[in-house]
Parts: sequence; C-alpha cells; structure tokens
Amino acid sequence: MTTITHHVPDALLAAYAAGSLPQPFALAVAAHISLCLDCRATYEAHLASGGAVLETSSAEVVSAGLKANVLDLLDAPIDSKPVYQRSGVYPGPVMEALNGKPPRWKSLGLGVRQSILSDGTDGSVRLLYIPPGRAVPDHSHSGLELTLVLQGSFSDETGRFGVGDLEVADQAVEHTPVADAGAPCICLAATDAPLRFNSLLPRLLQPLFRI
Amino acid sequence: MKQSPPQISSLTAAMIAVRNDRDRDAFAQLFDHFAPRLKGFIMRSGTGSGQAEEIVQEVMLTVWRKADQFDPERAQVSAWIYQITRNRQIDVIRKENKPLPEELGEDPSAEPDASQILAVEQEAGQLKNALGRLKPDQREMIEKAYLGELTHQEISTQTGLPLGTIKSRIRLGLEKLRHELKELR
Ligand SMILES: [Zn+2]
Repeated sequence: MTTITHHVPDALLAAYAAGSLPQPFALAVAAHISLCLDCRATYEAHLASGGAVLETSSAEVVSAGLKANVLDLLDAPIDSKPVYQRSGVYPGPVMEALNGKPPRWKSLGLGVRQSILSDGTDGSVRLLYIPPGRAVPDHSHSGLELTLVLQGSFSDETGRFGVGDLEVADQAVEHTPVADAGAPCICLAATDAPLRFNSLLPRLLQPLFRI
Repeated sequence: MKQSPPQISSLTAAMIAVRNDRDRDAFAQLFDHFAPRLKGFIMRSGTGSGQAEEIVQEVMLTVWRKADQFDPERAQVSAWIYQITRNRQIDVIRKENKPLPEELGEDPSAEPDASQILAVEQEAGQLKNALGRLKPDQREMIEKAYLGELTHQEISTQTGLPLGTIKSRIRLGLEKLRHELKELR
C-alpha cells in the first residue's frame, strides 16, 4: 500500500460520523476510510464522542412491553443484506454503489471515460478513468468536490494525488488534474452540485450525456 | 460465561457476553441501560415517542444480531450503539442507507487484551467528562453536531472535544487487529 498523504478534513469526518453528509460525500469518505487506518481512527474517535452524547442524554421512560417485544424477536429470521467486499481497486462501499458489478464505462472522448454511480438532488458521484497524460476535463462548479484516487495518480495545481489520496476542492479552485505516467488513473469523484465542463463538450450536450 | 478481568465495566462485560456466548441476561442488562437513553437521544431530534420506540427496538435488535462486529479494543459500547442508531435514523428519516466503511473483520483466536479494553474505556470516560465541563453553548453545539443537525461547514473543529488521546488509543487497537488478521491469512 502506498502512503496516503491527503486525508479527510476533520469537520468532514465528524459530519460523516454523525450522518449529516450528503450521500455522494458519504460514499467518498467511506471509501477513503476503507483504505486509510488514520482516518478510520479519527472517525471512530468521533463515534466515541457521539457515544458520550448518547450516554449523557436524558432518559425517557420506554413502554412496558418494549423489552419483552425485543427479547421475543431476538431469534426471529431476518433478510440479511449482502456485504460487498473490495474487488480489485474498488473498496467495499464503491462495490456496494456498483451493486457488486464492474463499472459500465461511457466514453467522454480522448480516452477519458466515466461511470455514473448516482446523480440526484443531493449531488452526484461517479468513477472517472483517465489515461496517462490526459487531463480530466476542466470544470468549474458551485459546490464542493471530493476526488478519491483508486488507481494510478494525478497531479494538479495543488499537488500530486496517489492511491487513497482524497482531494478536497471548493468553488474557489479552478483546477486541472492531469493523470500521471503509468497506469491509467481511476478515481471516484463526488460533488454536491451538478458538474459543468468548460471544455471538451459544449454545454448544449450536457443533458444528453448527463455530466 | 468466561471470567472477565475485574475492572472492565459491567456494560462492556455484558456486550462481550452477548457477542461470545449469546447471553440473553446480559442483553437484557444492556437493554435496561441503553433503551431509555436511546429513546431520549432520538426524541431530541424531534421524533415522536412512538416512532422513537420503533427505532430503539431496531437498534437493540441490531446490537444482538451484529454483536460479532463489536470490538472492545477499539470502541466502547456507547460508541458502537451510537453508530448503529444514527444509521437507523438516516434509514428511517431520509430513506437512504449511509455508505459504511469496509468492516475489518474480527480475529476469533485473539485473546481480549484487558489493558487495551480498559484504556479505551478510560479515554471514553474522559471524553464524557470533557463534554460535561464545556460551557452550555459549546456543549449544545457539540450535541447538535453529533445529533446530525449541523452541516460539515457548520462544524467547527476549534470548539470540538479533545480527540487526540482517544484517537491514538483506537489506532493501537486497529493496528493490533490488522496485524492479527494478516497472520491469519
Ligand atoms: Zn486518511
């Protein structure tokens, strides 16, 4: 495993632990924690804080029958949800978002491909595949963007990002990530706003390509 | 039930008994401690009494079913139950599943390390004390954050609880687990 140098900022980890991050960001953070022991430790420390809040909450009397109900149900059969394991470069939470199947890549031109995992009112999250030396199409956006490298690496104005590294970019950053030499760069990109590409594809085509 | 080392708290011991021995009396003890606190915690977000009890029921059932994921060398029972509770609330209120990190898995051969368990308990106790010592408005902010009522932009790490020492302790537990899992493979 290569050394991770770009981690999840603490406020994002706290919000993730508390369950208040929009779904696309929660996926990127869950995937990073799956690869990073350091952020896992911080995340679990936030859970301990949450546990302290729970412990010190004032108690409310529960109905007389609740305990008996729960005890009766202990051995009731349940539908267990599938657990998704890491597969290749994709951590478990990403495999879950892929429903356990390999990504379905769509070409964006110049060898760049994407696979949209979700696209909704709380933002979008997709996988990007960028051949060495190719730029991720330059984009500006109105919100926050988290990019997690899963294979290869990319560099932009702010530094170099290898496997496991998470880049956090807000609207103030107009960045142009370029995939480094070596294996094609695969990354998970999450935003809380629709992406708008400034180059490569005219705006008019956006609804057609869902980008 | 195996003899627990003397100083481990009765809640941790009960959770270990549920995990290792499927001990129903120990589970009942956990229910008595946590159910009223859970109901209080859930109702703070504005959930009504009836729905809060439904969530309490689901959370306590998950505690029983997923007991094998409880690792006292990394988490106190309250931290583990907090996570289950927030996931359940998101599931019920937002109708979505929060993406969770991969489980690290557990090492069935490992002897519990009482000193590590005690150290985690001690750090968690200090965190609770630190929460109690905060000024009321600071404390309210922290509580709001962990109730899921603040966005990440609103969470200021400046007013947060001191997490450095508990984080290093959890990290030791994680490294030990990772090392043991490697040896198993
Ligand atoms: Zn990290």
